[in-house]
Amino acid sequence: MKEIMLGNKAVARGLYEAGVCVASSYPGTPSTETTEEAAKYDEIYCEWAPNEKVALEVAFGACLAGKRSYCAMKHVGLNVAADPLYTIAYTGVNAGMVICVADDPGMHSSQNEQDSRHHAIASKVPMLEPADSAEALAFTKMAYELSEKYDTPVLLRMCTRIAHSQSIVDTGERVVPADRPYEKNIAKYVMMPGNAKRRHPVVEDRTKSLIELGNNCEFNRVEMFSDEIGIITSGTCYQYAKEIFGESASILKLGLVNPLPTTLITDFAAKVKRLYVLEELDPIIENHCRALGLTVSGKDIFPMVDEFSQGLISAKMGMDAKVSCDAIEGLPVRPPVMCSGCPHRGLFFTLSKNKCTVLGDIGCYTLGAVAPLSAMEVTACMGASVSSIHGFNKATGGESENHTVAVIGDSTFMHSGMTGLANIAYNQTNSTVIILDNSITGMTGHQQNPTTGFNLRGDPAGKIDLEALCRSMGFEHVRVVDPYNLGETDRAVKEELAIDAPSVIISRRPCALLKNVRHKTPLSVNRDKCRSCRACMRLGCPSISFKESKAHVDNTLCVGCDVCTQLCKFGAFEREGVTV
Amino acid sequence: MITNVMIVGVGGQGSLLASKLLGHVVLKKGYDVKVSEVHGMSQRGGSVVTYVRFGDKVYSPIIDKGEADYIISFETLEAARYTEYLVPGGQIIVNDQQIDPMPVITGATTYPEGLVEKMRATGAKVDAMDALSLAQQAGSAKAANIVLMGRFSKYFKDITDEEWLESIRECVPAKFYELNVKAFELGKHA
Repeated sequence: MKEIMLGNKAVARGLYEAGVCVASSYPGTPSTETTEEAAKYDEIYCEWAPNEKVALEVAFGACLAGKRSYCAMKHVGLNVAADPLYTIAYTGVNAGMVICVADDPGMHSSQNEQDSRHHAIASKVPMLEPADSAEALAFTKMAYELSEKYDTPVLLRMCTRIAHSQSIVDTGERVVPADRPYEKNIAKYVMMPGNAKRRHPVVEDRTKSLIELGNNCEFNRVEMFSDEIGIITSGTCYQYAKEIFGESASILKLGLVNPLPTTLITDFAAKVKRLYVLEELDPIIENHCRALGLTVSGKDIFPMVDEFSQGLISAKMGMDAKVSCDAIEGLPVRPPVMCSGCPHRGLFFTLSKNKCTVLGDIGCYTLGAVAPLSAMEVTACMGASVSSIHGFNKATGGESENHTVAVIGDSTFMHSGMTGLANIAYNQTNSTVIILDNSITGMTGHQQNPTTGFNLRGDPAGKIDLEALCRSMGFEHVRVVDPYNLGETDRAVKEELAIDAPSVIISRRPCALLKNVRHKTPLSVNRDKCRSCRACMRLGCPSISFKESKAHVDNTLCVGCDVCTQLCKFGAFEREGVTV
Repeated sequence: MITNVMIVGVGGQGSLLASKLLGHVVLKKGYDVKVSEVHGMSQRGGSVVTYVRFGDKVYSPIIDKGEADYIISFETLEAARYTEYLVPGGQIIVNDQQIDPMPVITGATTYPEGLVEKMRATGAKVDAMDALSLAQQAGSAKAANIVLMGRFSKYFKDITDEEWLESIRECVPAKFYELNVKAFELGKHA
């Protein structure tokens, strides 16, 4: 049946049709929907793991046990899962195993722009890259055949513009392959030096076979038109090339992007006068072409940074820009902000007010760095806040302990904050860690995690007690505050920073966007009482603006969290005519 | 021949349903179609863009400068931000709602005045409407997206009202069907 489908949903459909039975992932934009959509099929067991390393190892266990398995993550997640990846490349699989990794050129929702093809090369694992939803579905299915035939995990590389674009797919039926019962094979599966030494040559031979496959396979295709211009490309860039050139340039479209083919490329190059490599991010195909002795244009004209577009590519190739309406200059930018009623706002206001040095982490609360709160000073990767505050406080000899905090979300804490906390408990600094517990994984669009008490499908599940966990590590000072209550939050921050012991503050209040959260009615401003002091504006709440010199609440946005009312000395905020 | 439609607004305003409806209706019409969305951080109150492209054969999932035939905007400033993406004489359909971005809220700058006139001066055709009031009239402020799609249907005549209504039936929960049909018709005829 033909339908329009999101790239990530097409991956999920491919999992279904390929007879996949187990999927374990950690949410990360732009990979999240592959697993969420897979969970809509009763036939596929799906779960959110605490992090990507766990997810990949779960999928490995499932494929060993004889069922086709899957895990998905964003590009930086593969760094976390790199440890199992590089060695599972040696052990191989039993039933097929596919790892989806989603890159984010242009960093729509990411902290860096790394190119996950490097991991495929370094781990010596084949990688497929689809260019639209139809290929996302087809390649996902074919990845399992490749995995089983070549006894290897297979990486499926998605990019934002493929993952989050809808295009037309033709769906098929689910076919479940026969189980492959687990068989004990110590030489293959126990990677101690003696065995690993015998497995490494197997990996190298496999790569040679895959290069041969790449020279003649359905993943890689030549579209021969002109002999003037030849373009070697893959994924999104293939679409841009077709958009610009249609049938006026020849294209070698690569779907198997690791290992790269050899004779297919040299034969194609021999047929065209001018050869271009069109790829976002790093010059991986280009360097491969140069190693084959070819003369190509690539990163000498196309950028290493940001995502491409048809306009950018044609400009870099010297074509005229399209005629357009004029731009309007000088418009205010609209960066993302914490939502109205976001529980993180009260906490960051408190940290800003107390002039704390704030080491941050990955999540919606990274927006605590944005003006006017400007409270967060460092964000690197998942869990880094908790680990780095310890190093920070050690380096200052404890001088920084009374004004420095780490902030980390509940899901990120489960992902890789716990180990950093263990280090604080073990190696002893008087660090203060604040867990922002909003009862959900927020930024990626509301996924459950081990602290929420629900599983991926929303059914009741195991629930980790954060307070008990921290206490069991040896933290005597663990306290819970409501960030909507500024007085309580301020007292907690001051007291925990002052004490001569490590401490954990759990700032607990569910995400304001959760469907089960009940809101009060919106506030309004009594213009007679408002003295235009702008105290409420320090919150950076998108619901509050200044209209005709007085505070004004947008009642389509306000959810009645009442944090602003605690800053107003004149009682100007009202609910249904009554001062709050 | 490809038709390019940009649906723009502030994260959280409901542009995903509008693009879903448009993608759905043109697919039924037999066009090739691509819809490109933005998920993640920008959805938290930032400027968001959805590209919808349809025609005989669509390659690129995105729309570049000088390519958009239509901009459908949920907010005034966001419409103004993307005029450069329009073909000369391209059509803007804009909800006249104004949502202050953070630099305006913090007082670093002010919300620009006279944006509709400025948009016209770029060479664009502009249809500004109070989609929010019409949506409230239909029964819910949340239906502003369907009000705007109703207005779009007035300009893009390849699709009949029956086809639009059938797609609305297939894209929204049954209990909201009547409300959305009302919103669509108010948008088209108001």
